[in-house]
Amino acid sequence: MSHIEAQEAAEGVGSQIPDRKPEPSARGRMLREFWYYFSENKGAVVGLWVFAAVVLIAILAPVIAPFDPTAQNRDALLIPPIWQEGGVWPYLLGTDAVGRDMLSRLIYGARYSLFIGLVVVTLSVTVGISIGLLAGYLRGWFDTVVMRVMDIILAFPSLLLALVLVAVLGPGLVNAMIAIALVLQPHFVRLTRASVMAEKQRDYVTAARVVGASPFRLMVVTILPNCLGPLIVQATLSFSSAILDAAALGFLGLGAQPPTPEWGTMLADAQEFVLRAWWVVTFPGIAILITVLAINLVGDGLRDALDPKLKRS
Amino acid sequence: MNAIVTARNLSQVYEVKRGLFAKPLGLKAVKETSFSVEEGETLAIVGESGCGKSTLARILTMIEEPTEGELEIDGKVIAAGRTGDVKSLRSTVQIVFQNPYGALNPRQKVGAIIEEPLKINSNLSRAERREKVKALLAEVGLRPEHYDRYPHMFSGGQRQRIAIARALILDPKILVLDEPVSALDVSIQAAVLNLLADLQDRLNLTYVFISHDLSVVKHVADRVLVMYLGRPVEIAPKEALYGEPKHPYTRALLSATPATNPDERGERIRLTGELPSPFDPPPGCSFNPRCPYANDRCRAERPLLKRHGASEVACFAVDEGRI
Repeated sequence: MSHIEAQEAAEGVGSQIPDRKPEPSARGRMLREFWYYFSENKGAVVGLWVFAAVVLIAILAPVIAPFDPTAQNRDALLIPPIWQEGGVWPYLLGTDAVGRDMLSRLIYGARYSLFIGLVVVTLSVTVGISIGLLAGYLRGWFDTVVMRVMDIILAFPSLLLALVLVAVLGPGLVNAMIAIALVLQPHFVRLTRASVMAEKQRDYVTAARVVGASPFRLMVVTILPNCLGPLIVQATLSFSSAILDAAALGFLGLGAQPPTPEWGTMLADAQEFVLRAWWVVTFPGIAILITVLAINLVGDGLRDALDPKLKRS
Repeated sequence: MNAIVTARNLSQVYEVKRGLFAKPLGLKAVKETSFSVEEGETLAIVGESGCGKSTLARILTMIEEPTEGELEIDGKVIAAGRTGDVKSLRSTVQIVFQNPYGALNPRQKVGAIIEEPLKINSNLSRAERREKVKALLAEVGLRPEHYDRYPHMFSGGQRQRIAIARALILDPKILVLDEPVSALDVSIQAAVLNLLADLQDRLNLTYVFISHDLSVVKHVADRVLVMYLGRPVEIAPKEALYGEPKHPYTRALLSATPATNPDERGERIRLTGELPSPFDPPPGCSFNPRCPYANDRCRAERPLLKRHGASEVACFAVDEGRI
């Protein structure tokens, strides 16, 4: 017993205080706290529900879609949505120029959009964080070279650079995703580098160094977890810009190729009918809008909940 | 008693870049500093901000390599440019930082924080580590159930105890305490200082206690090293230093310490001027621009540490008997 404890024991300090129950689990507590801050932002909660609905639709696409998204029906070309004059059951949202059911295509399109978002974000986050971590930790010439390259990438309008890359790699969904990931990745590099540089100065990093932690351990175990807050926010927002960029590339004919029911490609296919059949362009556009808006709202909520990352310490 | 730490002519120069084309300036944070620390004693290093205290701490803990001079710790020598023994000395010297809020990783649980040194430096199993950490938690005045909590659930004093536990887990012989209590409330300061004293007795630790708070130093130190602009100006046992300060700078420092008893308050020696820029130290004794006893010799020659009674003082005025 230390003499402080002895002193306390002698004076009966703390004898009246009932032993606090061990908290159920620190992780659960943190989650609850996170949810508290997140749900302050009503828009974010709505966004989360919408996003969850989109995810659900994407997963259940084969079950809920009334038609095969690529099946053409020569007898039902450019049928308007059901509530308009000329609408025919069961084509709820009408059909496109080759008689494919719009609703089914939109439902399957959700799969593509989410898939694109997920792959692009995973790719750019892993690459961006690794490079940013190394640059922020090592500094010196490596940092200079990396940051100048990132500056060059950022200096191009992102869509233009993606276009050039796709033109080089060849059109297609996979190449479009690679191109978008490359365009989005400098944001992660910069963000990671800045956080790493700030965290590296802190005493707990020095303390880990004094006990002989290897540079790899310092970077990954000690520093990185403390930089994640802003990165999660950025990843969420990148998710939506990936979907948007992929749609844009699809619209320009460089992303997913027809007859893939990708929303951007659908827009491109419908260009010539803009004046005659408003539904073929409007619905994919609305689908993109709703998904991107929902994700952005979630991103804002995450920022509110995570970004003042020191409020809890 | 034998010296466990011996520093010989340690210097640390930082290169400060001034721009793309300007030549980088050398900032001498620590200059030709020699001292030794006996096993089991507390050597306090005092001085105002920017005098090189923390740099010295970073050299002692091998966070930084000195640009010149050599350091002998527990029989092993670390010289400038040679860092072979550093790894084996990791567990011999540990550090406790000033700010308990920055010194603990906010994303790690207390258990993981204290365990980390063991994870890196030993082959103990998870259960053995856990056992050891829990024992140590009790030893620094915390409870074993604190093992699974995060640092933000603790107060400053408790965090400092956690930091002390982390420093002790490898059974070090020397603890460098870099202003360990200056960020804490006075009541907590006393508790942490008592804990440190307790641990020193029990574990036979050697402390290098860095502080700018002379009343704290008076409470804990055996010997005191006063630094000014990167150099020690006086090294003396505590009683000698507080009873009979020799160097004019030490006198000024001591006269600035508040005393609770009005009768004990002596005459306040006011220093004029600022701490000179370390980029451009004055010639001769670095204290000469602010020293009331400075003469021409002080402005031209640099005094070396010389023994006067129990103290070692670097001052011509003392050498010549002018004060």
